[in-house]
Amino acid sequence: MENIQNFQILWFILIFVLLLGYALLDGFDLGVAALLPFLGVNKEERDTLLASIGPVWDGNEVWLITGGGALFAAFPHAYATAFSGFYLAMMLVLFALIFRAVSMEFRANDPVRASLWEKALVGGSALAALLFGVALGNVIYGVPLDGRMEYTGSFFTLLRPVPLLFGITGLAAILLQGASWAVMKTEGELQERSFKAVRILMWINAIVAVLYFVVLTVTFPRLSGNILFYVAVVFTFAGLIGLFFSLGKKNDAAPFWESSFSFIGLFLAAGAAQFPNLITASNDPNLSLTIYNSSTGLYTLQIMAVIALIGMPIVIGYTIFVYRLFKGKAKADDHY
Amino acid sequence: MDALLLARIQFAFTIGFHFLFPAMTLGTALVILISETLHLVKKDDIYRKITDFLARLLGLIFVVGAATGIVMEFSFGTNWSEYSRAVGDIFGPILAAEGIIAFFLESVFIGVLIFGRKKVSPGVYWLAALLVFIGGHLSAFWIIVANSWMQTPAGYEINAAGKVILTDFSAAVFNPSTVNRFLHTVLATWITSAVMVCGIAGYYVRKGLHGQTARTMLKIGIILFAITPLLQLGAAHSHAIQVINTQPVKAAAMEGLFNTTRGANIYVIGYVDEAKEKTYGIYIPKGLSFLYNFDFNSEIKGLNDVLKENWPPVNLVFQSYHIMVGLGMIFIALGLLGAWLLWTGKLYTAKWYLFCLPFLIPLPHLAHETGWITAEVGRQPWIIYGLMKTANAASVVVSAGEIAFSLVMFSLIYLLLFVMFVLLFVKIVKQGPATS
Ligand code: HDD
Ligand code: HEM
Ligand code: HEM
Repeated sequence: MENIQNFQILWFILIFVLLLGYALLDGFDLGVAALLPFLGVNKEERDTLLASIGPVWDGNEVWLITGGGALFAAFPHAYATAFSGFYLAMMLVLFALIFRAVSMEFRANDPVRASLWEKALVGGSALAALLFGVALGNVIYGVPLDGRMEYTGSFFTLLRPVPLLFGITGLAAILLQGASWAVMKTEGELQERSFKAVRILMWINAIVAVLYFVVLTVTFPRLSGNILFYVAVVFTFAGLIGLFFSLGKKNDAAPFWESSFSFIGLFLAAGAAQFPNLITASNDPNLSLTIYNSSTGLYTLQIMAVIALIGMPIVIGYTIFVYRLFKGKAKADDHY
Repeated sequence: MDALLLARIQFAFTIGFHFLFPAMTLGTALVILISETLHLVKKDDIYRKITDFLARLLGLIFVVGAATGIVMEFSFGTNWSEYSRAVGDIFGPILAAEGIIAFFLESVFIGVLIFGRKKVSPGVYWLAALLVFIGGHLSAFWIIVANSWMQTPAGYEINAAGKVILTDFSAAVFNPSTVNRFLHTVLATWITSAVMVCGIAGYYVRKGLHGQTARTMLKIGIILFAITPLLQLGAAHSHAIQVINTQPVKAAAMEGLFNTTRGANIYVIGYVDEAKEKTYGIYIPKGLSFLYNFDFNSEIKGLNDVLKENWPPVNLVFQSYHIMVGLGMIFIALGLLGAWLLWTGKLYTAKWYLFCLPFLIPLPHLAHETGWITAEVGRQPWIIYGLMKTANAASVVVSAGEIAFSLVMFSLIYLLLFVMFVLLFVKIVKQGPATS
């Protein structure tokens, strides 16, 4: 038993890392897409913005697909409960992801309806960015579950204030990722506008983050004894303060890393609040799905650990390689 | 309609739609790899134009495949949560492995293929083509493993609580039908793209467009179109034998065989009357027994060996199987004809043949869809053959109304995707390869 617990904890961490990777990477391309009409005032600028994410967004999305697969492999009950229980919300996520994926390609090939596809892209990206946080907020804050691990709430149960605050926090962080990516990848007026967006979003993030941490402390008193939680707070605000100074110096690469840093803090706090639960039961703590009562067998966890611990470093290696191929400022005509 | 039936319709529809796209990606990645290798070796610009043109098409194909693929990944949790709970031990790791080992590779390097021509050296570009090819095929491998495990489960144990526990990973991965199904499916995707490339290039050549580029493209296409259906005959044959051995009920449904028979017939075309338990049509006497092990009198199991409640819908399986096999034969004939025309130097002037080629483009897709219907409907009523019934696999908390709503939404969205895909595909084809 000792042994399987170690692997259950390892898988909690690995899934956490996969979702964090997703949030940081797909975060910036969802953010750029959601801010498209605000950052890019003409077609050329919007082309430039999309060229900066074009080669990489799909690889970024695979972090989500793999995170979902890993959840299925390690904690099938959590996967089954959340995905079937939040059915309509999951469908909304899917529709949003479908539109954000195809609309970039359709926009490039279908100039006649380009503005329509831009709207689909902006809407799909913003909606997805919001819904991820709401979903995470719900499993952390707690939802009603029954003795067979099934969800007993409705669609509207998901829209309570605390999960919605998670959603807004996530959206704000993703938009900041996007704007600071734009600062790094663009020049001239477009970059100026992106700087402005980063500045506004930085203040919004600061306010939302304060709210987020206060709500977490109130809702989960046990966090006050958790060192990780303090680390998380430090990360988030260190990131935002660093960002404040980089903006002053007009540094064009640092904001992206500082934004990422503050996002990691938000995530870390969520992880600290959640562990060892996967889906908290709001009606009776004993009904919660934890990493101990919803995992697969030891052998499966071990095999998967081998695949992940060998595979993911390779993935990260070639991902960095490809990002380096596309480093430097994006140009409007990079897009085919 | 009840929730189960709606969930099945939704799954069949979404997977049937998704599969249209990977079926094109894999073969297109193959043609790109061939053409880019020739570019690197021969340093001839024509091959670069072919690669660039196909890479643009691949970008369009890939994005719709990726958008509809996420739906599939979610679907096991949303619509088949009881299945997910029961088999998370085996099915989950296979999907996760697909992500780590395959999707990342393909998705990361496809960015280089589509956006990188001006940014990277020819060597790196070729490497990207190779890695996209490998990544795509690995992803097909893992998903076929997942499917094959449902067809012929292995490497597991059932514990006291009725849960499926993984005991031997490599036995589960290389279960009795994986290798056959993988080879057959991959060859099918190669046929799909061979026909697609022939269709496009054939159109250019007939219209006198794009000169040598079009002719070279047609040549590559025709060579593949001649070889792949022939290879498929062998792979398909051993796949069919595999089904007779491991899933006798499905095999009996494929040929409408009710009673266990020595010297069973094989139908060229026919019709199964399930109520009267009779099969009508044109058949080759003792053909099935002969093809099974080259003995006219070998025994083939019939449907009546199992209770009727464990039969799949027989006529549907029979018809879809025969459509696929019929199309396979047509491809062999047309591919060889093309090779003969190429060999005798008449290909580029054989107007009637060139005229037909574009119309063939949908046919491999028809073979794919009917092939999957054979495989999946033939497995019913089991979701895991002999182990778990589809009826016990659906989510319990999802209502019929919710599934009906999402099904309507998927139908509308996919219709939009399909229309846009066809329009833009035609548009890119009309623009054609670069002229400089
Ligand atoms: C271009 C597509 C294509 C073509 C020409 C063929 N097939 Fe096929 N077939 C498929 C595409 C396909 C498929 C879509 O890829 C399937 C679905 C499941 C699978 O393993 O492959 C399939 C399934 C499938 C099955 C069902 C087995 C199962 O998975 O349970 C059998 C027995 C065959 N095929 C046999 C043949 C034969 C004898 C063919 C004659 C030459 C043939 N196929 C041509
Ligand atoms: C490896 C991939 C696949 C897996 C894991 C898989 C799994 C499943 C599952 C879970 C069902 C639900 C049971 C049911 O509805 O009866 C199903 C049914 C079905 N699948 Fe697949 N499938 C795969 C590939 C495909 C593909 C590529 C196609 C078609 C192009 C396909 C066609 C169908 C059809 C038509 C049904 C409905 C059968 C019926 O309801 O009678 N499957 N499959
Ligand atoms: C139920 C079964 C299936 C699931 C869960 C599934 C899942 C997915 C997902 C999540 C993606 C998107 C990956 C990305 O964004 O890069 C995808 C794409 C893909 N799928 Fe499927 N898929 C299924 C069936 C199949 C089958 C039967 C095949 C092939 C034989 C296949 C081959 C591919 C390939 C090659 C891609 C890459 C994208 C593309 O080529 O368009 N899939 N699939």
